[in-house]
Amino acid sequence: MAVPSFLARERIVARPGFNRWLIPPAALAVHLCIGQAYATSVYKTALVEHFDSSLTAIGIIFSIAIVMLGLSAAVFGTWVDKNGPRAAMFTSAVFWVSGFLVGSLGIYTEQLWLLYLGYGFLGGIGLGIGYISPVSTLIKWFPDRPGLATGMAIMGFGGGALIASPLSRQLMNIYDPGYDGTAGTVPSGNAVALLFLTLGLVYLVFMMFGAFLVRVPAPDWRPDGFDPASVKKKALVTMENVSANNAIKTPQFWLLWTVLFCNVTAGIGILEQAAPMIQDFFRENGTSAVAAATAAGFVGLLSLFNMGGRFVWSSTSDYIGRKPIYMVYLGVGIVLYIVLATLGSTATWIFVVTAAIIISFYGGGFATVPAYLRDLFGTYQVGAIHGRLLTAWAAAGIAGPLIINGVLDARGTPGELVAGDYRPALFIMVALLGVGFVANLLIKPVAEKWWEPRATDVPTDAAPAERSTVR
Amino acid sequence: MSSPASSRNHSSQDQQPTHTSMGLIAFAWALVGVPLAYGLYNAVKAASALFGG
Repeated sequence: MAVPSFLARERIVARPGFNRWLIPPAALAVHLCIGQAYATSVYKTALVEHFDSSLTAIGIIFSIAIVMLGLSAAVFGTWVDKNGPRAAMFTSAVFWVSGFLVGSLGIYTEQLWLLYLGYGFLGGIGLGIGYISPVSTLIKWFPDRPGLATGMAIMGFGGGALIASPLSRQLMNIYDPGYDGTAGTVPSGNAVALLFLTLGLVYLVFMMFGAFLVRVPAPDWRPDGFDPASVKKKALVTMENVSANNAIKTPQFWLLWTVLFCNVTAGIGILEQAAPMIQDFFRENGTSAVAAATAAGFVGLLSLFNMGGRFVWSSTSDYIGRKPIYMVYLGVGIVLYIVLATLGSTATWIFVVTAAIIISFYGGGFATVPAYLRDLFGTYQVGAIHGRLLTAWAAAGIAGPLIINGVLDARGTPGELVAGDYRPALFIMVALLGVGFVANLLIKPVAEKWWEPRATDVPTDAAPAERSTVR
Repeated sequence: MSSPASSRNHSSQDQQPTHTSMGLIAFAWALVGVPLAYGLYNAVKAASALFGG
């Protein structure tokens, strides 16, 4: 599928002297917008009331979006790698913003199917393409610090929710003065429709800014003082390239898929239940010692650690290596889950500290995986390979809530649960992390038979030789 | 699949050098940094409830 010339990869090859520190804000401009996907809870109740519907029916909107994220990242990954980050960011913006506009129309006209089609289907495609759009570009601009680079972008996905939640509350308060953001007040449907319209327009500006700022490095570009041979010396790091089609035939891809699936499933187990979980852990004689406001504070703290973990742990992986950092995420994660299950209800600080570190590992797992893929498969089609790996996220998004909700449903009624009711679910997470730990241990360098012939470093097969319109 | 020839296209040695102004870098970082700081401030404020703030 050809793209208009102003979006083409060959139009955005950076000239010598271009400062690579313009690339992270370009990537953040996209990820900060699409990270809104994790802030949908602020208007969930309003939509239930507006459509006179159920939480499940409204929750489907988010589920469609996440499934479309996984599918579109997997399907369009090769297209993203071939056409470059500007085309990908532009396309992502068009889908993401269209999702908000169609969704707004659906809310205004009280047609729920338009919300499924808009935010769920169209928005989900924007999410998937946007999520992977800057990854391979950042890895190529920061061959000396790929973990730092992808950590910055994927941190933005966590940061997007931190921005969208309070911003949405403030905007809905403007559009419906009867809503003040406190418990018990619910914004009107029209306020949510106007919120969608506003967010869509704001995100359009931000994402287009990212799309027109981004550049790709020339094939022979290297950072000052960077010696590629220094990277090659590290275990598991290859200077070779593996195509996306071949990557999924290797055991390394599926072992890493398992690692990501286990790490994300375990993290979602806590994230999904964060607010009720802390109240249930400290419930005695039917009354929790933790107030609702404190539980909301716990959710805020987890958001900070989720975001911070993406940057801190991914950057750390540049120094200690990708395999060792996943041994930390999964191995220390096992210990922390056992502490949470056995000692978590003895003191609030033990519960909070343990859960916060677990969530930082959850975020770190997301942010480090593109650099791990680069180490194993090279930079050639790392975006496409990353897209296919994200199906593990979609699968974990189904498995995590199923495990925790399935166990809790079998143990009692929400609002009456206690710490002991969570133990079976937490020990299932320990077992899952154990599987992930073993899978990570089994990862070895990719066999030579999968390597591409030399000189396939940059997928510029569409680039005619005479083009020279670089910026 | 790229050919060796196409991989040599747009070699940085073939292009006129450019200079990225510090103002543009500062503007780009501010554009993403200010909303992020707003989000962080609100998250810290929410989290402070956990510690009795």
